[in-house]
Amino acid sequence: MQNAAPTLRLEGVAKSFGPVAALRSGTLVVQPGTIHALVGENGAGKSTLVKIVGGVHRRDAGVVELDGEPVDFSGPAEAKAAGVAVIHQEPASFPDLTVAENIYLGREPLGRFRRIDRRVMRAGTRQLFRDLGVDLDPDRPAEGLSIADQQIVEIAKAISLDARLLVMDEPTAALSAVEVRRLFAVARGLRDAGHAVVFISHRLDEVADLCDTVTVMRDGEHVSTDAVADVTAGDLVRRMVGRAVADLYPKVPSTPGEVVLRVEGLESTGTFHDVSFDVRAGEIVGLAGLVGAGRSEIARAVFGVDRYDAGRVVVGGRTLRPGDPTAAIAAGLALVPEDRRLEGLVTESSVARNVSAVSRRRLARLGILLPDAEARLARDWSGRLAVKAGALDAVATTMSGGNQQKVVLAKWLATGPKVLIVDEPTRGIDVGTKAEVHRLLSTLAAEGLAVLMISSELPEVLGMADRVLVVREGRIAAELSRAEATPEVVMRAATPGAAGQEGAA
Amino acid sequence: MSVLLRRREAGIALALLVVIGVTTAIQPGFLLSSGGFRDLLLTPAILVVLAVGQAVVVITRNVDLSVGSVLGLTAYLTGRLFIEAPDLPIVVVALVAVAAGAVLGLVNGSIVAFARVPALVITLGTLYVYRGIALTWAGSDRIDAGDMPRSFLALGTEQVLGIPVLTIVAAVVLAVVAYYMYTARGGRQLYAIGSDPDAAELQGLPVRRRLLGAFALGGALAGLAGVMFAARYGTVSSGAGLGIELQVVGAVVVGGVAIFGGSGTVAGAALGAMLLLTINRALPVVGIPDFWQRAVVGALIIGAIALDRVLARRRSHRLAAERDTDQPGEDGPADREEANR
Repeated sequence: MQNAAPTLRLEGVAKSFGPVAALRSGTLVVQPGTIHALVGENGAGKSTLVKIVGGVHRRDAGVVELDGEPVDFSGPAEAKAAGVAVIHQEPASFPDLTVAENIYLGREPLGRFRRIDRRVMRAGTRQLFRDLGVDLDPDRPAEGLSIADQQIVEIAKAISLDARLLVMDEPTAALSAVEVRRLFAVARGLRDAGHAVVFISHRLDEVADLCDTVTVMRDGEHVSTDAVADVTAGDLVRRMVGRAVADLYPKVPSTPGEVVLRVEGLESTGTFHDVSFDVRAGEIVGLAGLVGAGRSEIARAVFGVDRYDAGRVVVGGRTLRPGDPTAAIAAGLALVPEDRRLEGLVTESSVARNVSAVSRRRLARLGILLPDAEARLARDWSGRLAVKAGALDAVATTMSGGNQQKVVLAKWLATGPKVLIVDEPTRGIDVGTKAEVHRLLSTLAAEGLAVLMISSELPEVLGMADRVLVVREGRIAAELSRAEATPEVVMRAATPGAAGQEGAA
Repeated sequence: MSVLLRRREAGIALALLVVIGVTTAIQPGFLLSSGGFRDLLLTPAILVVLAVGQAVVVITRNVDLSVGSVLGLTAYLTGRLFIEAPDLPIVVVALVAVAAGAVLGLVNGSIVAFARVPALVITLGTLYVYRGIALTWAGSDRIDAGDMPRSFLALGTEQVLGIPVLTIVAAVVLAVVAYYMYTARGGRQLYAIGSDPDAAELQGLPVRRRLLGAFALGGALAGLAGVMFAARYGTVSSGAGLGIELQVVGAVVVGGVAIFGGSGTVAGAALGAMLLLTINRALPVVGIPDFWQRAVVGALIIGAIALDRVLARRRSHRLAAERDTDQPGEDGPADREEANR
């Protein structure tokens, strides 16, 4: 390789969201004509880095250069115009437009009188899909596409931009093996044509298979960059984790008691099918699977937020009325949702108000909330969970993600639940607080609480759960004991097209 | 053909034909007299122009409640111009009124696009502000037919080949806007913005510019409606177009434009306007008392929204069910091994 400027050069790029530093020092150098892997645990700052390159976020500090020229994108349009195509982790499609319109939005082929030439657009879409080897109707609306198909549409869109830099943030998470192989062929074609590709993946076998260079990130910082041929998967994992796993997952042994939560044949058209499982008192059951597999939807249905078409949910021997969260809470269910800002907290309210939110009835006399009782409750639980807030009347927005999560946990624990469902309990939380949340969950289970934990972080599931249920495309694909659940086995069960061997549990 | 029939617009057109058919059967003069035919086409003309503009705004997941006040202001402006500058050609007067409407729409759009306040609140505010300006300006003054040129007033009643001029104006507006919405990049982007505003930002679409454009177009068409109002009725007071915004939004919703944006067509909105006004005229002919006339219009609006929800649910359910059936683990173990190599 000659000494031409790298296609992309980032150095010391930092970005914070409020008090949380998502990226401390992002460094990444991508040469033209190479495929560069970016690996690291969830929360290592990869997606933030990608969003800065794609113009979604603006960096707080550091250098970003494209072909040696410093750039500072003020929006995604500028990044696109500069030749950067990004496939973000969460597909952003327009449900009311057709697939072809989604791909060509804003740069539709024009015919006479600047009118959109739908024939050319359709043909172009067909060609893209043929290259990717998928069979999708360009004229169908994007509404109702599966996650995998939405991902395909995003990939087709990015490829059709013919950008000098293509960034793919976990593009394979929802794809089948065949689709992954075709995507790789396309990526290699781009590389051979001199484009630069950044590839983010959790699957190290894919990294070894596809990429030339690999950069490891941890806790928002650059750790190492090597030629793929020079490092082993073991090296990479060690660098990604960078700490002893045992500290992060303090598991307190406990003996499971009787079944507290029983789910039988739960069914929701298009979302999940024939979901049955038990959770016992004192047990942590992990719900593993790929993003979009339907785990959160199952939790929401169990809790009664979403309706389901068939099946039943039994808590402590009583069948819950579908679609009635109030009844679920009364029966002893608690759900700590995936998005704490959106669904878990009243962010403009005080810590005390948030903690007491679900327990108000108990704290009131004749329908009037007793401030003393509220303060006492909040103080109790904030103390037990070591919430770091200046005062109980501090507003929730001002707190770090970890403390916010503790407030949400406190809120639900204050209701005295029998079953606690936690959805991504440590997403976006720094490592120290993560360990605290884990210790808390473990202790609660040891005290006899039944815990159902949804997590996309495999180490978390494997480190914390007594039993692991793997969800694949809305079905329980495997049930594994703590001893059986290795990363390999879980990933195999979770990946569409990889199973078949072990069959359903 | 079946595609055409399944479209929402076909249903509204069918309803319109049924209303006309039934009413004509009871009272043949409703359609078959020369005056009846003329009224059928002429009455909805102003509302159609307003509904087309409103549909464009609603498609972007916004709403413009100030159109009635804009109509009032521009109608009065039209009359005033004829009095103050009698030498101005009619076309210039009309263009000034349209431009004034566009500016008022642009004010709405700027506040919505830059201050990020919901359009419902903003345009509810400008509804009163614009009406207040009209009241202050006009006072108790009223512009009469005598103040306006005869040739201008003739536009309100004249026909070309049996079709009223105002109806032709409405039809041209509809055709141009419908063509733009379907075939231009900007039109498709308006749909995209209404479909998912966050994704539109992430895609780097010029969201603000498009919103400004949509509101300016809505305002300009309200200005045009003001000119049409002056020509049609011959008298303009400060209260012109009072309350018409609710009829406009009703027409748009009945016409199948989703109130949450992203779907529907301006043609549907125009048909909705025709259906609403035709029913309004048909009910007294059929002998239905006044109270029930209003109830029928209300039921129509609620029915249209309910139908929308049912259709949308059915569609997403069907698409979800399709996904269930055509996604078995299509690749065998051999495939996977190769990929896993």
